[in-house]
Amino acid sequence: MGFAAQRSASLEEGLGAGSPVLIFDKVSLAFDDKVILKDISFTVIVGHTKIILGASGSGKSTILKLVLGLLRPDEGIIWVNGERVDQMTEQQMMKVRADLGMVFQEGALFDSLTVAENVGYKLYEETDMPTDQVHRRVEEVLGFIGLGEYSDRMPSELSGGQRRRVAIARAMAAKPRILLYDEPTTGLDPITATTVDDEIIKLRDFENVSSILVTHQLRDAFYVATHEAVRRDDGVLQIVPADPEKSEEAEFIMLKDGGVAFEGYAAELRASSDAYLKTFLS
Amino acid sequence: MLRLLEGWIKSALLEIQEYARLQSATVRGCVTRPFYFRDVVEQFEQIGIGSLTVVLLTGFFTGAVLALQTGITLDQFGARPFVGRLISASMIKELGPVLTGLMLAGRVGSGIAAELGSMVVTDQINALRTLGTDPVRKLVVPRVLAGVFMAPVLTVVANTVGIIGGWLIAVFQLRVASSLYWTSVIEGLYLEDAWMGLIKPFCLGFAIVTIGCHVGLRTHGGTQGVGRATTNAVVASSVAVIAVDFFVTRLLITLLY
Repeated sequence: MGFAAQRSASLEEGLGAGSPVLIFDKVSLAFDDKVILKDISFTVIVGHTKIILGASGSGKSTILKLVLGLLRPDEGIIWVNGERVDQMTEQQMMKVRADLGMVFQEGALFDSLTVAENVGYKLYEETDMPTDQVHRRVEEVLGFIGLGEYSDRMPSELSGGQRRRVAIARAMAAKPRILLYDEPTTGLDPITATTVDDEIIKLRDFENVSSILVTHQLRDAFYVATHEAVRRDDGVLQIVPADPEKSEEAEFIMLKDGGVAFEGYAAELRASSDAYLKTFLS
Repeated sequence: MLRLLEGWIKSALLEIQEYARLQSATVRGCVTRPFYFRDVVEQFEQIGIGSLTVVLLTGFFTGAVLALQTGITLDQFGARPFVGRLISASMIKELGPVLTGLMLAGRVGSGIAAELGSMVVTDQINALRTLGTDPVRKLVVPRVLAGVFMAPVLTVVANTVGIIGGWLIAVFQLRVASSLYWTSVIEGLYLEDAWMGLIKPFCLGFAIVTIGCHVGLRTHGGTQGVGRATTNAVVASSVAVIAVDFFVTRLLITLLY
């Protein structure tokens, strides 16, 4: 009916709480002689966040493109929502992408469409959902990110932070179970970046969306990992520091020279004595 | 040196392979669902109506200058009254399709390459794919359909205003009687000529738009890359217009005459 791909009962059970929705198994990729990724392995659990850190050119965004099937690995296996995607054709990938949302680095909003048309694009163009239902969903999503009154604006009329938030709204409009964020806060001031981080946290905690966050903004990475969204008794949403157990739903991966230099939780990353990690975190 | 040559040949073959793949994906997109009807209508308007002014002006002045130039030459043989025959044959068989093609290469080919190129470098094409849309079906098919079907219409318009331009010069400058001009125009035309003038623009429209789309979708290197892609699209599609015109003419002469 338009929203994220329907699953069979057995797959739904198989991908229940605590199950991996995304698996990278010894994935390697090189462009000509340049090795981008080498033997990368990790899993993302339902409702958890994987935060991928690394210097520019370390292959962070490439991982997201591999998940989406925009690139194919030279070696290794990639599973998304119980389906092996590393050898799928473009046509087959379309079904897998129905359950994926992506927030691109600069938003990648369609500049000839309004904010509402951008947000509802997938539902308008790729589903048979009635138009009034799409309108309602667009309003709901824009309200969720606090940009309800901007629906008729063009992307060029928005600030950088607003564009990223609209990109998040577009990615979540079709209710995907996995969201991928590619440097969503790069180039934003700290206050605006926090509003984007809050949206990421809200989606994870209220919509149970599994996510991969690629960034080199440490402040945002730790903020997302160590905060959670709660609803107060008066119904107002609030972002508060997460308890230690909740913090473990966000796991860090540090990439270096195409490989994984670190994998663990925020506290472990902070406590690491590795010289490279220390330099990166300083 | 050998490595350089090898690299050049490889990249040329890759371009040809990718162009062929785009063409086959486009043809498949034309005959299978999903079909983005609204985008098709929009492109017919942009490519067809949007190119009307430039085609009208080009056609008119080409017909007029053709009458001026040929009038002088025909005078040497005392054949000035036949100027209409020369203009209609030249415009309909050759100048109309080729000049319309060149104008479309400049206006439409460059526009498509710049638009798609910008979408590539700002990740909008990847965003489309992520949102479940095939960029070939959404962006290429509507443009190709519009190019293929509007190029003949625009060519007919260019031919018409070209002959009218020639008539104005023939009557007011060369002092040829109006009735004599129009009789000459009709006498100079054969059904085969009309077919040639109509078939050629279909092929030219297809070549211009597919080249523009191919170059646009292969853009890389940021805004500089978009500029390069635009220039490449205009150069490649202009050369293609002349080359395709030659080969199609050769084929049609064999088939029709």
